[in-house]
Amino acid sequence: MPTANSKLLQVFEKREDQITEQWVEQQQTTGRKLTAAERDQANRQSREFVRSLKSALQRNSSGDISGPDWANVRDFLVDLSSRRAKDGYSPRETASFVFSLKQPLFSALKSDLGADTKAVADEIWFATLLIDELGLLTTEAFQKSREEVITRQQKELLELSTPVVRLWENILALPLIGTLDSARTQVVMQNLLEAIVQTRSDYAIIDITGVPVVDTLVAQHLLKTVAAARLMGADCLISGIRPQIAQTIIHLGVDLSEVTTKATLADAFDVALRRSGHKIVRQETASTNAAAR
Amino acid sequence: MERIPILKMGEFLLVTIQVDMHDRLALTLQDDLTSQIVKFGAHGVLIDISALEIVDSFIGRMLASIASMAHLLDAETVVVGMQPAVAITLVELGLPMRGIRTALDVEKGMQALRGAILAGQDDDASGIR
Repeated sequence: MPTANSKLLQVFEKREDQITEQWVEQQQTTGRKLTAAERDQANRQSREFVRSLKSALQRNSSGDISGPDWANVRDFLVDLSSRRAKDGYSPRETASFVFSLKQPLFSALKSDLGADTKAVADEIWFATLLIDELGLLTTEAFQKSREEVITRQQKELLELSTPVVRLWENILALPLIGTLDSARTQVVMQNLLEAIVQTRSDYAIIDITGVPVVDTLVAQHLLKTVAAARLMGADCLISGIRPQIAQTIIHLGVDLSEVTTKATLADAFDVALRRSGHKIVRQETASTNAAAR
Repeated sequence: MERIPILKMGEFLLVTIQVDMHDRLALTLQDDLTSQIVKFGAHGVLIDISALEIVDSFIGRMLASIASMAHLLDAETVVVGMQPAVAITLVELGLPMRGIRTALDVEKGMQALRGAILAGQDDDASGIR
């Protein structure tokens, strides 16, 4: 790495304003139309970035951006890209924030060192390496914050998708929606068992109408949940078995004979009510009499 | 020597396990419980494990063997008060404790025992006939 890059620093010190002006202009011509507020913000960010880039170059101009002298610049870029990721900027827009600095910087270098072509080439090469490095950092930070968003959403989805509903005193329902993997089974089991303790329920109905596929693994998870509920003293019924799923279960050789299974939630609810000693009777009123007649 | 107390409640025996079980304690409990069942002619045993944070395969097996012994002496066993975390662990370990009756708490356990004993008497009666 050439250390004789004081020229880059000189150019920066001499033409900071000009570079910033051109850069801001460059950013506005490329990419999508920005609102006034966004333009204002981009303006402010650009000035701040050029300023911290200059002071970092003053402290350490070896082109290695991993040292403590460049911590400010790195923090700024990481912060900027994570904010842009949350605001819904595309990766291209975020990365071009840094890459669009190349043109004004190169033209400033050219006009300062125009006579010495070798020097211009060297300086441009050095500046390219530096800006590429910064651009990569930006993209990486952008990607990382996007991944954070995805992880958070996955977690929220996990919590949202496993409600335990109380149907009657002593009867709980657990409508499952989506594929059951081991992580979800864990959450489902925990929620169900805690609800059993809380409501002192004797019956739990697991409704799998919303489970698209039941393979051996899913069936195993279901049986585990049933066994865990049984250990807590609650009886489990499985409902919502679609004809297609009944066929799959039998073809796969999964043994569900230990569990009471019903086709619909209504049937399972009826069984649970009867087992707990309830009886549903239609009341004779004027309207039912009229309907009968 | 430390012992697990066994309380007599009518025709049921109530055992509350509140300390960590180890081999000697488990054997003492089996001894005490079987002799108490015979002494009082008890028809039901209620084992409360709500204070246990950890139930390993050893305790699981011990509970199962106590239940079988009690059954030989014509007493039904109900294990009550299992913590949710314990239930999940047992299932994940592949120990769903099949031969054992379970209930949520002592109250529900009593109900279950009464039901089981009534059903058992019916069976006995039909057997004689």
